[in-house]
Amino acid sequence: MHIPDGYLSPQTCAVMYVVAAPLWARAVAVMRKTFTQKTIPVLAMLAAFSFLIMMFNVPIPGGTTAHAVGGTLIAIILGPWAALIGESLALIIQALFFGDGGITAIGANCFNMGFVLPFVGFFIYRFITRGSAFGSRRRWIGAAVGGYIGINVAAVVAAIEFGIQPSLFHTASGAPLYCPYDLSQAIPAMLLAHLTVAGPIEAAITGGVVAYLGKHHPEILKLNPHERRESDEV
Amino acid sequence: MKYKKALIGLIALVVLCPLGLLASGTAWGEWGLDEMLDILGYVPQGLSKLANINHIAFLPDYSLPAFGESLGGQAAGYYISAIVGIIIITALAFGIGRIIARK
Repeated sequence: MHIPDGYLSPQTCAVMYVVAAPLWARAVAVMRKTFTQKTIPVLAMLAAFSFLIMMFNVPIPGGTTAHAVGGTLIAIILGPWAALIGESLALIIQALFFGDGGITAIGANCFNMGFVLPFVGFFIYRFITRGSAFGSRRRWIGAAVGGYIGINVAAVVAAIEFGIQPSLFHTASGAPLYCPYDLSQAIPAMLLAHLTVAGPIEAAITGGVVAYLGKHHPEILKLNPHERRESDEV
Repeated sequence: MKYKKALIGLIALVVLCPLGLLASGTAWGEWGLDEMLDILGYVPQGLSKLANINHIAFLPDYSLPAFGESLGGQAAGYYISAIVGIIIITALAFGIGRIIARK
């Protein structure tokens, strides 16, 4: 899902930077209120975890590959805004030093995998688990479902960015200038990879880690400012 | 140490990371120019102009070009990439955390 340089037009890239910038600013503002010294190493480990699991490419039928992301897990543990910062860190480093994802596409990739993925995943998790005990079955099921849907929605959003290119940016004769595949090709291709393979892996990782933490280290799940707020009310 | 188990988990992932090399092929929409030429028969003009603008990626595709294309060379590049990536990300996370965390 790491859009490389050249697949999105410069105009699209600029728009995505403009979309991402206020989200980054909001994330920093929210974290200034909620982030504490003791959550710093947790964010560092989760960002490193996400970076690492993105290295585990898995084969997709048809000869391509995909990977899990881990953004919903960061959102469940530290909140979705911290997930945006943690994912953005991993994605920016991947783009700059490993050429994984384009430099021009950092705005787009951070929006897709750093914003859409953890926010969708987290709000589904919240919807399913609200009021349930940390060690309960509802927690890990909610985490798994959130992880699965989050990565698939992010994949569709990336596919839309790919797929609008040929109709918006082409030569006078109609030849595509950037991504040559339109929506009818990009959306099924991205969904195939993420519904069948990357999504189940994301679900297993998110659900598995939350099941483990819920049983053995519920204090980690309480780091999330949303959980803290809720326990204050009680 | 407080996060011993989490750190052991991360180290285990580093040890296992070359498994990620076993899947051959490229993710959809992430093809290089050569692959694009194979698949499509041509390379879109704008794409070919922008594709190689990153000149600072010193571990391109998580590899060290000097190590070559053998599986061993790729695995070594993957290990170095994993470790370098973790060091940079951890340093930045602590740096950002220090600046924005509540005192």
